[in-house]
Amino acid sequence: MTLENGKWVGENAIELAHVQKRYGDFALSDVSFSLPTGCVLGLIGENGAGKSTLIRMMLGACRADSGSIRVLGQQADQSRSFAQLRQRLGVVLDEACLPEELTAPQIGRMMRGIYCGWEEGTFEALCTRFALPADKTVRHYSRGMKMKLAIACALSHGAELLLLDEATGGLDPVVRDEILDLLCEYTRDASHSILMSSHIVSDLEKICDYLVFLHAGRVILVTEKDALDEEYAVITIGEDDLRQLEPACVLRVLRSHGAVRVLARRGLLPGNMEAGRTSIEDVMLLLEKGEVLS
Amino acid sequence: MNLIISNTSGKPIYEQIVSQIKRQIVSGELVSGEMLPSIRSLAKDLRISVITTKRAYDELEREGLIVTAAGKGSFVAERNAEWLREDVLRKIEDHLQQISQLAAQIGLSGEDLCEMLQTLRLEEE
Repeated sequence: MTLENGKWVGENAIELAHVQKRYGDFALSDVSFSLPTGCVLGLIGENGAGKSTLIRMMLGACRADSGSIRVLGQQADQSRSFAQLRQRLGVVLDEACLPEELTAPQIGRMMRGIYCGWEEGTFEALCTRFALPADKTVRHYSRGMKMKLAIACALSHGAELLLLDEATGGLDPVVRDEILDLLCEYTRDASHSILMSSHIVSDLEKICDYLVFLHAGRVILVTEKDALDEEYAVITIGEDDLRQLEPACVLRVLRSHGAVRVLARRGLLPGNMEAGRTSIEDVMLLLEKGEVLS
Repeated sequence: MNLIISNTSGKPIYEQIVSQIKRQIVSGELVSGEMLPSIRSLAKDLRISVITTKRAYDELEREGLIVTAAGKGSFVAERNAEWLREDVLRKIEDHLQQISQLAAQIGLSGEDLCEMLQTLRLEEE
């Protein structure tokens, strides 16, 4: 095991290989990707693409039918040793699952019983920073406040890996910005890694090192974020222009109102078709809804 | 170190970093031997990817503008002689341009200027 002062310093914080899972008519098929230690990975996909299922499997909360999931070097499962390892994970799920009847300080005391590395001072500082009222119960918090409280909990026990499932969903831009700031601070430590899923991709656009696009239970693209812009381009053209593109250049095509949006290989675009920066949102849309020309 | 990253400019982020650091080195804002922020802390300050930042530093290193010592960090490279010469030449050109404009104002010819310069240099010797 690759540990230094009890911290994981192996190459990858998360490793998924050929993960399969079937749930009724939904299936995750052959999902493979890795999150290198010290990096931020964005898991992108439409609602129901399988993001939350993957995250639950990484927590050992549900089992894959086949394939392997390693988190901080250990197989994610229901074993006692993995339960121990969960102490080193910070988790924020879509629905902040904190007891509604408690106040923030009471939740802090509860967490002290759950996490042996609980840092009361860190937690208090985060609550102050997020201006979370100490005298209100969670029931009376707004969604933004609940999320901030959940994130404060996730960051207050020395976690080496944060798993965030839609943690910025439904939050206003100011709150999202505060959270992004905090995540940036967190990864200043090279042993800290983050996996965050979202369908609000502007949040992921800047801070992620790697992007994984998931669609209907399959990984459709794994890329370094920079490479996305360099290798791909999204352009809107007419049918005439489309016919001029060489087949290898055209990855996906989406027709609407007479115009054609094309996900193209940037390097194969003719010189007269200049494309601006490639946004994750455009790529996601084209990958999910575009058709492949035969 | 002050860097401004624009999300809307068509230029890739790593190129923006490279060109801005380069400009600061040439202008003397960053002096040789000066320590640059670590890749990780710069990435986090700018709220960009660590990989992007590493790429910018690699590029600067390839061009000989910075050096990285394992475990110590990255530093602005010692300026080499040729580069310094270029720098001085650039300054001379700037001054000559001003001189030429002043001369034109009072109708002084190029020969007149050469003569003045030769006299000056003789006096210095």
